[in-house]
Amino acid sequence: MLRSFGSVLRRDIVVTGKDLVAFLAQVLLQPVFFLFVFGKLLTSLGYTSSGYSNLLFPGLVALTATVTAIQAMAFPLVVEFGWTKEIEDRLLAPLPLWAVAAEKVLFASLRALAASAVMFPIGIGVLGSIPYRAAGLGLLVGVALLGSLVGACIGLTIGTFVPVTKINIAFALIFTPLLFTGATQYPWPSLAHLRWFQVVSAANPITYVSEGMRAALVPNIPHIPGWICLLALAGSLALFGTLGMIGFRRRAID
Amino acid sequence: MEVRDLVKRYPKARTDAVDRLTFAVAGGEIFGLLGPNGAGKSTTIGVLTTRVRPTAGQALIANVDVTVAPRTVRSLLGVVPQRNNLDRSLSVRQNLLFHAAYHGVPKAVRTRRAEALLEQFSLTDRANEKPDLFSGGQNQRMMIARALMHDPRVLFLDEPSTGLDPAARLFVWDRIRELREAGVTIVLTTHDMDEAAALADRVGIVDSGRLLALDTPAALVRGLATGSSLQVTVELAGELGVAGLLDRLGTLAGVQRCEQVGAEAAVYTIRLCLTGEAAAMITPVATAVAEVGARLTGMEIGEASLEDVFIELTGRSLR
Ligand SMILES: Nc1ncnc2c1ncn2[C@@H]1O[C@H](COP(=O)(O)OP(=O)(O)OP(=O)(O)O)[C@@H](O)[C@H]1O
Ligand SMILES: [Mg+2]
Repeated sequence: MLRSFGSVLRRDIVVTGKDLVAFLAQVLLQPVFFLFVFGKLLTSLGYTSSGYSNLLFPGLVALTATVTAIQAMAFPLVVEFGWTKEIEDRLLAPLPLWAVAAEKVLFASLRALAASAVMFPIGIGVLGSIPYRAAGLGLLVGVALLGSLVGACIGLTIGTFVPVTKINIAFALIFTPLLFTGATQYPWPSLAHLRWFQVVSAANPITYVSEGMRAALVPNIPHIPGWICLLALAGSLALFGTLGMIGFRRRAID
Repeated sequence: MEVRDLVKRYPKARTDAVDRLTFAVAGGEIFGLLGPNGAGKSTTIGVLTTRVRPTAGQALIANVDVTVAPRTVRSLLGVVPQRNNLDRSLSVRQNLLFHAAYHGVPKAVRTRRAEALLEQFSLTDRANEKPDLFSGGQNQRMMIARALMHDPRVLFLDEPSTGLDPAARLFVWDRIRELREAGVTIVLTTHDMDEAAALADRVGIVDSGRLLALDTPAALVRGLATGSSLQVTVELAGELGVAGLLDRLGTLAGVQRCEQVGAEAAVYTIRLCLTGEAAAMITPVATAVAEVGARLTGMEIGEASLEDVFIELTGRSLR
């Protein structure tokens, strides 16, 4: 079984490896522009204070990790189940169904981790310097790992519950709110005077990735404590992991 | 392989796609499921290949229940689906190699087997291209080659020759027969009578999810009340009705059934199902046609075939 699982994983690595440039462009272009315009340009023009890039950078790493994982998961799933049916060959392998889904989650998470790791050298290039704290490394890795897994499971849920004909509208309705309520561009505790938005943000799992990253990298900025972030992410993982598996079963077996 | 009282009703469907299907297939046999569109052939194959959850009943492959141990079952079977599901991100060769790898075939073995199958299915020249550049018939060959990569004991082919030209069809038939010689059990579906008759050791005729008959093609035909058939074309002049002629022909001794199968202006085609030899009926039929004042323009003798079996069972034609 391990050998089959390894082969299914290898298939995804081979397919992605053939198109590495497209992969990097796809996941990194948006955060790079975010970094440049909001972190660099607006600061140098004097519209934002110089500390803003320190606040923004952890948020963008968080966004890259989760959004990459969601996209790496949901898009191929929708296409493979709804259109090309090419996943069938793997569903007919002597593997349990959950292992086929788990491989997808694992691979999407690996992609997301790679993309968020690349954000660090890019951050140095664009911003000159980025916040970094050796003491926060453990939390950083933990949050990135959980954030990627949660993103992949959200992608699994979207990819299996949304029919291929509705994918455009689903992405518009899901992505934009997800992008702007995830405490990426603002620290969550500072929303105290905008209670409703704070509540909305608290419902977005990305918030806990952003806040966890801040707890690890820039603890002097007010943030949600690291352990709460880890706990919230573990809860999201359980929720979306379960939903995603239910969706996957439904699509895999008629 | 055994199927017992298998029922499948899809969610929201008002009728059963498969309705209490029961049959068994012996090892090394070619078993054909013959039926019109929507008969439930693919659904039956879906259950047997662990992709469709049965509503009731049981399906066993090599004495393993498909719902109890789907992984074991999947390792035993190869599937050539009705719809192209080749991996479009991989080349033809990679499609074969990865399929074998999913099934845990060691590297040296799968490399050797892939080259042999590519050669056998005339795919070597373009083995490094992506499958979406190929024609439907070539894709079909790739899917058969892929299904053989892990040396399955049971091979399921869902409408293997649909969309193939006559030469490719014969090629696929030859491969299927070769596999039987090698001891592989084969289950295939088709809505083509000739294919079922030519290929299958036994044929199950299905319609609306039900198994109507099951036997060797020869026995099914032999069991018919109809021994042969006669197709007659006549021209009816003026006010003369075709109903009178049908009545007249239907009462002739030796005619079991008689029906109009075509009409064009005043020219009617009538099919007679006969209990005995067709040759003996030519004169009585010609006489009867002349007696009602119609003009005989054509007559064709037909041997009874699976087509007649289907008509007798369902009261309608498969085509
Ligand atoms: N996934 C599905 N969900 C709902 N209904 C389905 C599904 N697949 C098939 N059906 C229905 O079940 C019935 C049997 O379909 P099936 O595909 O098994 O027929 P078939 O004999 O393979 O026909 P064909 O010759 O057209 O391939 C049809 O009425 C079809 O509409
Ligand atoms: Mg079918």
